[in-house]
Amino acid sequence: MTKWLENHLPKMVLAPSFIAVLIFVYGFIAWTAWVSLTRSKLLPRYEIDGFIQYDRLFDSPRWDTAFGNLFIFGGLFIGICMVLGLALAILLDQHIRVEGAIRTIYLYPMALSMIVTGTAWKWILNPGLGLEAMVQGWGYPNFSFDWLVDPDMAIYTVVLAGVWQSSGFVMALFLAGLRSVDGEIIKAAQVDGIPTWRIYSAIIIPSMAPIFLSAFIVLAHLAIKAFDLVIALTGGGPGYATDLPATYMYAMAFSRGDIGQAASSAMVMMAVVFAIVVPYLYSELRVRND
Amino acid sequence: MAPILDISKLQKSYGATHVLKDINVQIDEGDFLVLVGPSGCGKSTLLNCIAGLEPITGGSIHIGGRDMTHVSPKDRDIAMVFQSYALYPTMSVAKNITFGMKVRGVDQATQEAKLADVARQLQIEKLLNRRPGQLSGGQRQRVAMGRALVRDPKLFLFDEPLSNLDAKLRVEMRSEIKKLHHSMNASIVYVTHDQIEAMTLATKIVVLKDGVVQQIGSPSEIYNKPANLFVADFMGSPAMNLIPARAEPEGGATRIEIDREGAAPIILHDPHASGLPRDIILGLRPEDIAEAGFRAGEDVQEAQCLVDMVEPAGADTYVMSRLGGTGVTARLHAETIARPGEQMTLAFDLGKVSYFEPGTGTRLN
Amino acid sequence: MTDVTATHAPAQAVRPARSWGKTALRWILYIVLGLFALWYLMPLFVMLTTSIKTLEEIRTGSLIALPRDATLEPWAKAWSGACTGIQCEGLRPFFWNSVILAVPSVLISTVIGALNGYVIAQWRFKGANIIFALMLFGCFIPFQVVLLPMARMLGLMGIAGTIPGLMFVHIIYGLGFTTLFFRNYYVTIPSELVKAAKVDGAGFLRIFVSIFLPLSLPIVVVSVIWQFTQIWNDFLFGVSFSSAGTQPVTVALNNIVNSTTGVKEYNVDMAAAIIAALPTLLVYVVAGKYFIRGLTAGSVKG
Repeated sequence: MTKWLENHLPKMVLAPSFIAVLIFVYGFIAWTAWVSLTRSKLLPRYEIDGFIQYDRLFDSPRWDTAFGNLFIFGGLFIGICMVLGLALAILLDQHIRVEGAIRTIYLYPMALSMIVTGTAWKWILNPGLGLEAMVQGWGYPNFSFDWLVDPDMAIYTVVLAGVWQSSGFVMALFLAGLRSVDGEIIKAAQVDGIPTWRIYSAIIIPSMAPIFLSAFIVLAHLAIKAFDLVIALTGGGPGYATDLPATYMYAMAFSRGDIGQAASSAMVMMAVVFAIVVPYLYSELRVRND
Repeated sequence: MAPILDISKLQKSYGATHVLKDINVQIDEGDFLVLVGPSGCGKSTLLNCIAGLEPITGGSIHIGGRDMTHVSPKDRDIAMVFQSYALYPTMSVAKNITFGMKVRGVDQATQEAKLADVARQLQIEKLLNRRPGQLSGGQRQRVAMGRALVRDPKLFLFDEPLSNLDAKLRVEMRSEIKKLHHSMNASIVYVTHDQIEAMTLATKIVVLKDGVVQQIGSPSEIYNKPANLFVADFMGSPAMNLIPARAEPEGGATRIEIDREGAAPIILHDPHASGLPRDIILGLRPEDIAEAGFRAGEDVQEAQCLVDMVEPAGADTYVMSRLGGTGVTARLHAETIARPGEQMTLAFDLGKVSYFEPGTGTRLN
Repeated sequence: MTDVTATHAPAQAVRPARSWGKTALRWILYIVLGLFALWYLMPLFVMLTTSIKTLEEIRTGSLIALPRDATLEPWAKAWSGACTGIQCEGLRPFFWNSVILAVPSVLISTVIGALNGYVIAQWRFKGANIIFALMLFGCFIPFQVVLLPMARMLGLMGIAGTIPGLMFVHIIYGLGFTTLFFRNYYVTIPSELVKAAKVDGAGFLRIFVSIFLPLSLPIVVVSVIWQFTQIWNDFLFGVSFSSAGTQPVTVALNNIVNSTTGVKEYNVDMAAAIIAALPTLLVYVVAGKYFIRGLTAGSVKG
């Protein structure tokens, strides 16, 4: 009996978590998938009715904006964070005296809640009292910076705040990557008289491919989940101009009482994440199991 | 008296991969059994099976006369020393050694007495309050041994315990282990890939390859009468010369012909061999080929050979030649007159020769 | 500075003509790094200064001007008087909600994660890797996909709109990450340690408590910091699964900022934002090294 217990204790310890994950992740995904195929409104209904919710979703101009914004926001957010993060990491890698302090400053926004970040930038970008007013006060009365209330430009303020929050983290990732490159290779290149920029472009950066992938995955994940930032910064406005799938889903679920739409939009988000994360996880786990 | 360890018909497989096939080994009390073989031969797996750390697929394991096949490691009355020493990093040396007794509920006074005993025996009294991270490799090795000794088990298991030490320390610890074995009359199963360790320590050697026992015997049996080509090649450094040759019956004796490039074949006569097939592999250790005139005996036969290379190694000088299409090494005295590119007469001691079947590799004499 | 460069490129030491350009480059480098430091610090600076200005000064002065006569009144109001909708008790009750929510959730998810990681890394059994992969994927799902069923589930369990309900949600969805942290940490510990302890007679729990736990301090810190930051900064679960009295601080902050009653008090908003950010900022300042390790642990091969 004790021997049986000793043999099965590890499995018994893991079992509750496993069951929880099965129910609360996979079971719930299945539930949402099911409901996305019904005519659920305020309350969920369970009679399957085909892809009607998806038809409605892709016919909806609001979803159109939200889904389009995901790619504008996601593309710019990921792209700028990567470029800025890499540039800052390379600059910081030049034997800087106060590196520790600078790193701390670059990275602290990552500790903040997106709500705090959004609140701060909302105030800074406030056309009447923020940056615009400040520059006008400096003697440029025609200066205009009202992206926050401009439906065409508001999404870029979300990008701005997002980059401010996350680029330091990307910098830290890349810096760690730069430091992990074999020092002897760099010394050999220096002895060969290869200029520093060539060492970076030809030796160090190509060897960091896994870090680029990791940074991309983390950023893509942040971009798709971005919800709080939009809520705090623009509230999805002006109008629906800065809606993202995440805010669309939330609005449908909790203020519009349209569970069918909420479920179908959540499933589309899920599909996007799936397309990005599954190949990544697959390759990671396969390498680890070898 | 029942053997202290009796492994019978042991099988071990992971899914479809058979890592150990029909292992049968017995050792008596006081035996020092060395499991030796190249990496991946299954020797560590076998040791883990003996310890109960890996379940076995078939067969049985008896320790001290009791069936331990399905008994958990803690109840097998064994102690084990690991390759990485596996010292508990957050515990002091003293705690490392007494942890097992503490888990088993041995009273404090006994723990301390045994600890003091073992510490004195291994000369680690001054280290007792240190953490493993503060010890040198040799000191860690001693602590790991201490942890095993304090158990006073029926059977000690050693898993390549010296492979993480530098060469000098390895030789020191080797003789220390040998001394311990003598003074305690302990029964030991010891895994290594180092054939010199196997030769120096063992009272009994098991040579393993691909999960199959190649030969079981005393060190001298293994060395002098290898059961097959693999054992002949694996044990001994430099390795045994394995020279393709032809055998022909010659009355009650055998005439052996070894081809060589650019000269007539070497002809040797072995009066003791008979019934050999036509094609054979002749095995002769480097020390059984000497400079003519330096080896006496009725079975010593001489032949002219072309010296390819001369490697002085201090006490000995190794001389390389080519016979039967393969490199042959002879171990000569340090003052040999051998010069590369010159002919010299070598003495082959056929009293020490081994013959093998080229296809199956099995021993013929 | 120049001597540092010299040691790395000794060839340049004999050509003093180049070192002029080097010095100039160095200056540009420091200026660029400094400008970026300003850009990262600016919002914090603006928040701080705005939070101690009077409304009058905010209306007339410049965004980045230092306050002329500093006042702590906005802070007092943000803490205990600002309105979150109809309630006007400031952030205080919600701040404590977040504390009550975060502490047990962090501890429980860390303990479970440690045990899970220990099993997956050191007691491998058939299927353990599949279970790990399934749990890992749970870290990456967009939580929108579980919001609806979770709302119903909490209702069925009778804990909808309560702090224990929110705790439950955070523990469940934190497990993937805590398990990942501990698994990746424990997998680097040689398995011979477990074997040695087994031969010594120790069992599953004994080995965990006597050998693995004492080794785990660094990864416990990483896990605690990560979970604390996640839970404290969470907004989605908070806004979806709490009710009027049980909201966490992020939701309350958003309500204060967007409350439409009365005059817009930017100084109070900023004070409230800083209060809501303080705990995680503090954690970052005190244990930044572990914070970064947590961020990178999930993304870089362990």
